Amino acid sequence: MTEFYRQYLSVAVLIGAAALMFGAMLGAGRLLRPNRPQPEKFITYEAGSDPVGGWGQSNVRYYVYALLFVMFDVEAVFIFPWAVNLKSLGVYGLIEMAVFIIVLTLGLVYAWRKGVLRWA
Amino acid sequence: MWEQQVAFWVLAVAMAAAAIGVVRSRNIVHAALFLVVVLAGAAAQYILLAAEFVAWVQVLIYIGAVVVLFLFGIMLTRAPMHDDAGALDNDQRWGGLVVALFVLGVLIALLVNAFGGKKIHFSNALVSLGRTSHVGTDIFRVFVVPFEVVSMLLLAALVGAVVLARKD
Repeated sequence: MTEFYRQYLSVAVLIGAAALMFGAMLGAGRLLRPNRPQPEKFITYEAGSDPVGGWGQSNVRYYVYALLFVMFDVEAVFIFPWAVNLKSLGVYGLIEMAVFIIVLTLGLVYAWRKGVLRWA
Repeated sequence: MWEQQVAFWVLAVAMAAAAIGVVRSRNIVHAALFLVVVLAGAAAQYILLAAEFVAWVQVLIYIGAVVVLFLFGIMLTRAPMHDDAGALDNDQRWGGLVVALFVLGVLIALLVNAFGGKKIHFSNALVSLGRTSHVGTDIFRVFVVPFEVVSMLLLAALVGAVVLARKD
């Protein structure tokens, strides 16, 4: 096995250990706790009052924030390989990334000017 | 390398089971969580192929952003949350099967055509090809124009999203 796989094997071992611990803790809880089901216990907890309705449709404004997040997540993905090669790419890379970020900032400015970032 | 084979099959079986869970789950939020398992399995497969950067991009973009977008989308619609048999079933099993077999056939034909009979040997050179620094050198020295075009594409998507969301 090469060094590369050995490194990721430790990641896999960590994930396995985490899953095992998670299962062991929940399993121990299931074995130790008393089991007396009552219908009231299955109601969603909502600050002491009975929950009303079922599915609350959320505001479309949240969706704009989620979409903006996806855009800037993709931008971040391109920043990583640039940041790793920052020294070797030098000023050339800096200009490239500046153009990239400025173009995307235009979109943010557009969203701002259109008022979708304001919560009113 | 047998370790790689074992890891591949373990991941492949887990991905296939989770993929069936995506389409069979009665609870749409559970379906989205099954999708996380499938996407994480794909990221692990990229690691097995020594494509380290692609694997972490898969985790960041697909699990970090696209699934979040799915969950927001579910919250926006009036989706049936609880076991509403029928409501999530649109009875397209046979059409789905035909499409799945077609996609499988196309993928097999493509892969055999591209890599049939070729043996890719795992080496340190292959690992360094997948590293972030190597990908960065490629993007910023060779594919400069496509990289800047990506920013335009993202801008267009962002403006489109804003225009769509304001029509409320």
